[in-house]
Amino acid sequence: MTTLAESASTTGHALEMRAITKIYRVADDEVVALDHVDLTVASDEIVALVGPSGSGKTTLCSIAGGLLSPTNGSVAVAGQEISGYSGRQLTEFRRASVGFVFQTVNLIPFLTARENLLVVDEIGPRLGRVARDRADQLLEELGLTDRASNLPAQLSGGQKQRVAIGRALMNDPSLVLFDEPTSALDSSLGDQVVRLIRDEMKARGTAAIIVTHDDRITHYADRTVNIEDGRIAE
Amino acid sequence: MTLALREMRRRPGRFAVATIILTLIAILLMFLGGLLDGLVASSTGAFRAQRADVLVYSGNSRNSLERSRIEPDVRHQVESVPGVTRVGGLGSVQLGGRVPGRGARDLVPTVLFGYELAPRGLPSTPPAAGMVYANDSLRAKNVEVGSTIRLGPARSAVTVVGFVSDTRYSGQGTLWGSLETWRQVLNANRPDARVRPGVVQALVVQGVSLGSAGLPERIDRATDGATKTLTITQAVNALPGVSQQRSVFNQIIGVTVVIAIVVVALFFALLTIERTALYGVLKAIGASSRTLFAGVVFQAVVVALIASLIGIVASLTLNALIPAGTIPFVATPARLLSSAAVLVVAAVVGCTFSLRRVLRVDPAAAIGGTP
Ligand SMILES: Nc1ncnc2c1ncn2[C@@H]1O[C@H](COP(=O)(O)OP(=O)(O)OP(=O)(O)O)[C@@H](O)[C@H]1O
Ligand SMILES: [Mg+2]
Repeated sequence: MTTLAESASTTGHALEMRAITKIYRVADDEVVALDHVDLTVASDEIVALVGPSGSGKTTLCSIAGGLLSPTNGSVAVAGQEISGYSGRQLTEFRRASVGFVFQTVNLIPFLTARENLLVVDEIGPRLGRVARDRADQLLEELGLTDRASNLPAQLSGGQKQRVAIGRALMNDPSLVLFDEPTSALDSSLGDQVVRLIRDEMKARGTAAIIVTHDDRITHYADRTVNIEDGRIAE
Repeated sequence: MTLALREMRRRPGRFAVATIILTLIAILLMFLGGLLDGLVASSTGAFRAQRADVLVYSGNSRNSLERSRIEPDVRHQVESVPGVTRVGGLGSVQLGGRVPGRGARDLVPTVLFGYELAPRGLPSTPPAAGMVYANDSLRAKNVEVGSTIRLGPARSAVTVVGFVSDTRYSGQGTLWGSLETWRQVLNANRPDARVRPGVVQALVVQGVSLGSAGLPERIDRATDGATKTLTITQAVNALPGVSQQRSVFNQIIGVTVVIAIVVVALFFALLTIERTALYGVLKAIGASSRTLFAGVVFQAVVVALIASLIGIVASLTLNALIPAGTIPFVATPARLLSSAAVLVVAAVVGCTFSLRRVLRVDPAAAIGGTP
């Protein structure tokens, strides 16, 4: 972790994507989802990624977070070059360095809110006490202390998404990727959740990319990036 | 592991079907095993009780006690083999017994043994002529200390002076007396099989192995092939029906284990398919396939252990409920624990069919619009 932080501070970038191309091959067909994308996110910057459906937003996030490997180009997260990583290295990278909040609520249904946060520790570093303290602190920041022992089914949509945000922050990531975090919420709840995201990111100085269709969200971001047909038009 | 355990605690219903089926399989495995052990024990007790290293049959006996006869001169040859320390004669005869208190036509099948070297549980000096020790399975047939049993067509009387356990033979209760008692009863009831004084069916030999050749080889060489010497284990396995019983039962047990593997494989394959989305999310946040698969194996082992535990309790209960001398069933710790171990191994093997599916889950599928 210290080496990551050090290298991040030397480059000063949470994310550097250079000439990223992603081609999906479906049967004999080729879909160019990303076409020579260059994107740099500073170490404490919040970027809103906006674009029509099918423009490549999810693909971009997946590559930035090490879920997908690009067909071409290079990706560095917090100074760590991940383009050549094996599947196993990518898994370890995701565990240690990035946070994800998905479009659909993807909490583990048989675990309480607090346990959903602690899963991050169980699959990885096993810090025990330290992790439990961190989970309690995050739950408090997210206003979920009195919901900590509720199962996801007993939480509202906004509360579930807040738990997902807490889970994404458990590993103290260099970069958090939000793929349409508010699309399942009504607009006032969505607004509230995005404000919370902004506060959390700014308080920690963590970089984030927030994918959205929703124009009202973009003013919470430091910068808005438009993507269309796999190309970035800033 | 914590995750796998929590899932089992919070969602026990998910695992109920698999646990119930595996429990039935565990009970079946343990019951079949116990029946096999019981059957084998009831046909081999008389030999297993021998405090001997080898059993000497006559060379033409085809490893059968009933067909074997050892003449006194052969016995002398065996006694003078270096390494042989003690030699005793053994004789047997199967006869129906009339037990006081039972109907005149209600014969109890028994085997009367004559011995010199005391088997486990019997006094070193055989009882006086006409006196016998009875295997305790005969208690269920009204035999008591002091009972006089009339054996065979000649109704030769023997009187029970005590009991001995685990010495059954061919599934029948045994009576243990002196060689003299045996010869008397045999000659009175089996005119075709009369033996002269000094003749026995087999020799029970204690001894040590000297040099490279084992005791059996040296004895058979010294008698120039007049004897066929077997270790007690070989003699037990040569008893009629024993190896057949073992192979039939072990085949049924083998099929049962295969069924257990199939049940676990199917069940956890279904569970893994159901969990594809969950595994996608866990992989996306950094769980390795190894961690996820370890969770599957852990759950399968827990299910197998619960099933085994219920099976063990059921077997012990059954063992306690079965009246002595009815069904030849024994629940031995070795059998119960080995059945549990086999079931756990079957569960682990069954899980491995889900390994590929766990490896194939794509974490990229977790993010994005469609879960
Ligand atoms: N696994 C895949 N296999 C083949 N083509 C894919 C795959 N995933 C995405 N695509 C295609 O790549 C393009 C970009 O998809 P992507 O999911 O990145 O779009 P998006 O901007 O996230 O859209 P939305 O706003 O609807 O979520 C689309 O044309 C899509 O059909
Ligand atoms: Mg998308």
